[in-house]
Amino acid sequence: MSLLGEDVMTEDGEFVINMGPQHPSTHGVLHLKVWLDGEIIKKVQPHLGYIHRSIEKMSENLSYRNFIFATSRMDYLSAHMNNEACALTVEKGLAVEVPARAKVIRTLMAELTRLSSHQLWWGCTGLDLGAVTPFFYAFREREAINGIMEETCGARLTQNYMVPGGVMFDLHPNFQARTKEVIKQIKDKFDEYDQLLTGNVIFEQRTKGVGYISKEDAVSWGCTGPMARASGVSCDIRKLFPYSAYDQVKFEEILDTGGDCYARYMVRMAEMKQSVSIIEQLIDTIPEGEFQAKTKAVIKLPKGEFYQRVETARGELGVYIVSDGAASPYRVKYRSPNFSNLSALPHMSKGAKIGDLVAIMATIDLVIPDVDR
Amino acid sequence: MFLKEYFSTVFKSIGSLLKGMRLTGYYFTHPKEIVTEQYPDNRATLKMADRFRGEVIMPHDELNEHRCTGCQACEIACPNGSIKIITQQELQPDGKKKKRIDTWVYHLDLCTMCNLCIEACPTTAIVMGQNFEHSVFDKKQLKKILNKPGSKLKDGVE
Repeated sequence: MSLLGEDVMTEDGEFVINMGPQHPSTHGVLHLKVWLDGEIIKKVQPHLGYIHRSIEKMSENLSYRNFIFATSRMDYLSAHMNNEACALTVEKGLAVEVPARAKVIRTLMAELTRLSSHQLWWGCTGLDLGAVTPFFYAFREREAINGIMEETCGARLTQNYMVPGGVMFDLHPNFQARTKEVIKQIKDKFDEYDQLLTGNVIFEQRTKGVGYISKEDAVSWGCTGPMARASGVSCDIRKLFPYSAYDQVKFEEILDTGGDCYARYMVRMAEMKQSVSIIEQLIDTIPEGEFQAKTKAVIKLPKGEFYQRVETARGELGVYIVSDGAASPYRVKYRSPNFSNLSALPHMSKGAKIGDLVAIMATIDLVIPDVDR
Repeated sequence: MFLKEYFSTVFKSIGSLLKGMRLTGYYFTHPKEIVTEQYPDNRATLKMADRFRGEVIMPHDELNEHRCTGCQACEIACPNGSIKIITQQELQPDGKKKKRIDTWVYHLDLCTMCNLCIEACPTTAIVMGQNFEHSVFDKKQLKKILNKPGSKLKDGVE
């Protein structure tokens, strides 16, 4: 008997099972081939390609204004940051100065997106570990943020709000009042989050010491974002290479040295509070003025290579554009955070129990369309 | 020693479970704080945001006139090829021939609501509509012709 070309039982008596591509806890169409000795994981092999849409290749046929929309579909939970990365790269090539108002709007939107993304992650982590209730509470606050997005950007998830030179529309007149209200509401609810999940004994036992990755390993596997910061790697692009309005705000880079699932959980919980503080600093002092710099109708980048990185909710996203001087890019390459973070999964889950694999995957916070692109 | 630890863990877990249950109990007894929307029962009162992007529409005024000159800027701006404009040469009263739209084909099934066509339009002939309930039984119905039959270009729009 064979399954995907290999025996279910290997010669060493290891049992081979396929987790996914339709497994609910893989959060998308990720296929993990797992070699098991009883309950102990001997080897994990991620199989990719189930949701490959060739966004990079597609961009070669689209103009510099048009290729941005597709990046909303990569890491759909940080659509704003993906769009912003592309817009920043094109602006770098054009040497356009973005108006101060647009910079602040971009930062505000990015932090709101980070909040909503981390809230979804918090709900899903609870769900993966057997606690269904957090999911509903997380979606309550996320819904409020999505409402703000809908009002200003016109869409809830795939906003396509960033254009080369600034943002597509000005802020909605209600934006400031509504954001302040939502931020106040979210601040009150952080205690509820802790009450539901953080201090729970069952949750702590399922995450503490599980899926450990050391600082050196996190660097060598190319992990970024909250995952690397939980291992003590300082890698926050917002802090190290500030873009948009991040040089105007004060915030902490959250670092933890635990390196396990619980450390990753705590880093994200603390990051939500930092995002709230960034929004509070900026919301009252949005500069007046233009929201979009004037660019030509047909954008042509000069011949050369351009690279820009941003910090998405999951780590470092790099956009690399090679231009031959035409109206569309010669080559676009995305360095996506999830692909690198997933590459550390086989290392982290070696020797763990099969149930812990779900906990490890939940705290890596994978978004599969970003892995495949 | 082991038993003592075992039982203390059991009681701690029950304690932390009750801590969480207290929160759910609070919302159970305070139904006013629940924010669930009862869609589709609330259809009558449901109002989408002003900028909500549901579909591309072409507004016509009471004289059945639209503002589209057939410049095809939207067709070029569309990243998915969901817009196809067929133009024709129309004889004007002064004897000159001018380019006018014949059919403005909109493929809703290809559209990603990215708003780039609206941004590109120089005469604001197209806008984003608020309707978001697009399900149909036959996908052929998703191919729409936006200019109404017999409609013509509004005077003064160039």
